[in-house]
Amino acid sequence: MAKDEYREFRLVGTRPDRPDGLDKVTGRARYGADMTAPGMLWGAVVRSPHAHARIVKIDATKALALDGVKSVVTRADFPEGLTGEDWNLQENTIAGERALYDGHAVAAVAATSRFLAEEAARLIEVEYEVLPHVIDVDEAMKPNAPVIREGVSDATVPEGMSPNVVRKIEFGNGDVDAAFAAADLVMEKSFKTEATHQGYIEPHACVGQMGADGKGEMWVCTQGQWYIRKMCSAVLGTEASQLRVTPSEIGGGFGGKTTIFMEPLALALSRKAGGKPVKIVMSRSEVLRATGPTASASMDVKLGMKKDGTLSGVKVEFRMQGGAFPGAPTEFALYCGLAPYTFGAVEAVGYDVIANRPRCAAYRAPGAPMGSFAVESLLDEMCIELGLDALDVRFKNAVVTGDRAAYGPKFGSIGFVETLEAVKNHPNLLAELGPNQGRGIAAGYWFNHNGETSVSMAISEDGTVQVSVGTPDIGGSRASIALMVAETLGIAYEDVRVNIAETGSLGVNEPTHGSRATFASGKAAVLATEAAIKEMCKRAANEWGIEPEAVEWKDGAARPAGPNAGQFPPMTIKEIGAAMGSTGGPISGHHESLPDGVGASFGAHVVDVEVDPETGRTTILRYLVVQDAGRAIHPSYVEGQYQGGAAQGIGWALNEEYVYDDKGRLQNSVFLDYRVPLASDLPMIDTVIVEVPNPGHPYGVRGVGETGITPPLPALANAVRAATGVRMTHLPMSPSKVLAALKAR
Amino acid sequence: MSNIHVTTTINGDKVEFLADPRETLLDCLRDKVGLTGSKEGCGTGDCGACSVTVDGTLVCSCLVLGVEAEGKDIRTIEGMAEGGTLHPLQRKFIEHAALQCGFCTPGLLVASKALLDKNPSPTEEEVRYWIAGNLCRCTGYDKIVRAIMDAAAELRGEAA
Ligand code: FES
Ligand code: FES
Repeated sequence: MAKDEYREFRLVGTRPDRPDGLDKVTGRARYGADMTAPGMLWGAVVRSPHAHARIVKIDATKALALDGVKSVVTRADFPEGLTGEDWNLQENTIAGERALYDGHAVAAVAATSRFLAEEAARLIEVEYEVLPHVIDVDEAMKPNAPVIREGVSDATVPEGMSPNVVRKIEFGNGDVDAAFAAADLVMEKSFKTEATHQGYIEPHACVGQMGADGKGEMWVCTQGQWYIRKMCSAVLGTEASQLRVTPSEIGGGFGGKTTIFMEPLALALSRKAGGKPVKIVMSRSEVLRATGPTASASMDVKLGMKKDGTLSGVKVEFRMQGGAFPGAPTEFALYCGLAPYTFGAVEAVGYDVIANRPRCAAYRAPGAPMGSFAVESLLDEMCIELGLDALDVRFKNAVVTGDRAAYGPKFGSIGFVETLEAVKNHPNLLAELGPNQGRGIAAGYWFNHNGETSVSMAISEDGTVQVSVGTPDIGGSRASIALMVAETLGIAYEDVRVNIAETGSLGVNEPTHGSRATFASGKAAVLATEAAIKEMCKRAANEWGIEPEAVEWKDGAARPAGPNAGQFPPMTIKEIGAAMGSTGGPISGHHESLPDGVGASFGAHVVDVEVDPETGRTTILRYLVVQDAGRAIHPSYVEGQYQGGAAQGIGWALNEEYVYDDKGRLQNSVFLDYRVPLASDLPMIDTVIVEVPNPGHPYGVRGVGETGITPPLPALANAVRAATGVRMTHLPMSPSKVLAALKAR
Repeated sequence: MSNIHVTTTINGDKVEFLADPRETLLDCLRDKVGLTGSKEGCGTGDCGACSVTVDGTLVCSCLVLGVEAEGKDIRTIEGMAEGGTLHPLQRKFIEHAALQCGFCTPGLLVASKALLDKNPSPTEEEVRYWIAGNLCRCTGYDKIVRAIMDAAAELRGEAA
């Protein structure tokens, strides 16, 4: 039984079966591609084979001549005059004058079968005039680099920089040069990370239907049904309220399903085909070429340290390209890379750069893994240089509650030191290491986002409870929300059913992103439940003829609050539910807000590796994740977030990368070549859940989903350094790169 | 291209459908027979989300043509539970929280059942290599491997 300073819990902290488990182990759960609709057409998308090209002409005559082809859309079918982010979304959905990356959609077609749609797509003739392109972030910043688009840069960018530099981020405090002068050791290094993909196993899929009047419906795998509604409507020039979006079960998202890709194309095709529903399912290669991925990064870090390990100053410049549109998560890379420590003086500069690549989407703690890779790697190198223990140095500089973060704000309640304590006490640190083996440690950080949240719950006639939330369940959030509601009501976990609502039945909700579902929807569900409890107490008070304030709720029943309230037997939720039809009608509770009291989460990972000197291959021997969850409502799914984040980080560190040829075409657009970690690549992933309760949440929850992907990149680089003496500064540390570095040693 | 009439057995039931000769068994299962439990994660044999057995052999149904199902005995995730009783693997996957999004789950269950049918006492390493053809992006495989080992122990009659 979990407890905090004041309370013991009956359900919170237990590990019951998740409510949607049965559907998901029997194949009944319906995901994006599992939907069909009467009269449904299939859509296919024509994509640019060039990294950068002017679209001279699109001729669909041959495609439209095929029997069974019902509609073709190009940019001409979308409204003109959009600006800002709406224009970005539209331009990324379907290219206008120019294709901006390999895989950029230029046309789409709907037909009566999948094969026919694919055949028709091949018959759509697009004439291109190929233009010079640029892929690498440092190349894209050069003054003579091919220009993706003029006029994108905002006022933060100094004059004289390439138009591909679209935003400059700057913050700092203190005098860094003086801090470096006072340090015993100053080191600087440059680091690079390549773009990776979220790699959810379920490709994007939707069924969209829209009439000429702009009324429509969509079934789609998404992290956020309201985002789909808002973005599709913006791109199509229709009213958001006229589109009803139902989220399917979702086969992974990791941030990559918080935006739109082919969804507006399905709606536009449907509208042009007389309102017949259109289904579009992406292939894996479309997913890799045209959705996601992360930004790639090029980073310089300079650190000053005293002999005792105290950090005295830091200077960083991060350059990140996020594809052909603004939005590389450079500021988050800076914030999170610097978050764990007090540095003394800070000078931080970042650039958001555009290049001829797919528009980056959020990927689990966007930016943080890159920033941590750079800072934690250099920190490790300095510990080696000064002969200091890596964990001791982290303790010495760790931020605590109330400290000011390097980027400005003060931390609320945090549990970084407690996390480091748990690392220190873990038996993995005592494991003996053999030849070619090494241990790496690194820390990481991510925020907890609140976001627009609307939840409603209703008492059923039998006294059970239905909760409607707007955040799709990607990894067990139905279970954690049901646990919190049942705990609050004092009823059985099984008596709470959590539904994921479509856009017609709740107020606006932001997606399941920013590690917010269990925090924000969970908090709102508890507050909605408290509203219903108030009403149930009122019903009991009316029945007993006493004041509602004289009634309290405990263990699933209304009870007189004290001896003065009178002597009445408890009135259970079942009795209240059964009678509500005649005591005043349905009982429900709802809550809408931007929930306050977010709780951020620190983590630290320790990995032991063996590097094969013959092949350069890195084998992971042991892996430990320690992270502050605030409170783990359902510990198995918290552990799952830790393990999943670690595995993705391991893939990023060791194997995964977008590989382009000299024409800017993606070379590895299938899973065979874009190699994510397999079961045979990994050991068991040990976890420790640290619980420093978040005072801003009724059960102490922090956001836990994202921090876990951040430490693996530097932890692995530090372990490879320990095993080989070689500092890898460019990810991924694929066997060939490590081997080359070993040979150059 | 004209369709071909296919008669086959799926999860013990006789089933007939018309297959486009280019169509995969996965597409036929999903779009012609209405069994959408098998998933497409890649269509190139790399992710295992489409795993089924054909005459007892574990295959990626995205690499088999629908017309090849003629006269075969196909087993899919929909046939794994017996009536209302889950297979121990299904139960253990839920118990161990071996699924997050659940998209890889049908394929992993079909694949791990094929393993335990052949080898009732796999080592951790054997489990990891057997399911190396089934990608899971959510879990890091830890809980999946534990669930499979635990189900194997239960099937052998060993107390957990
Ligand atoms: S869909 Fe068949 S292996 Fe991926
Ligand atoms: S649980 Fe999501 S891919 Fe395995």
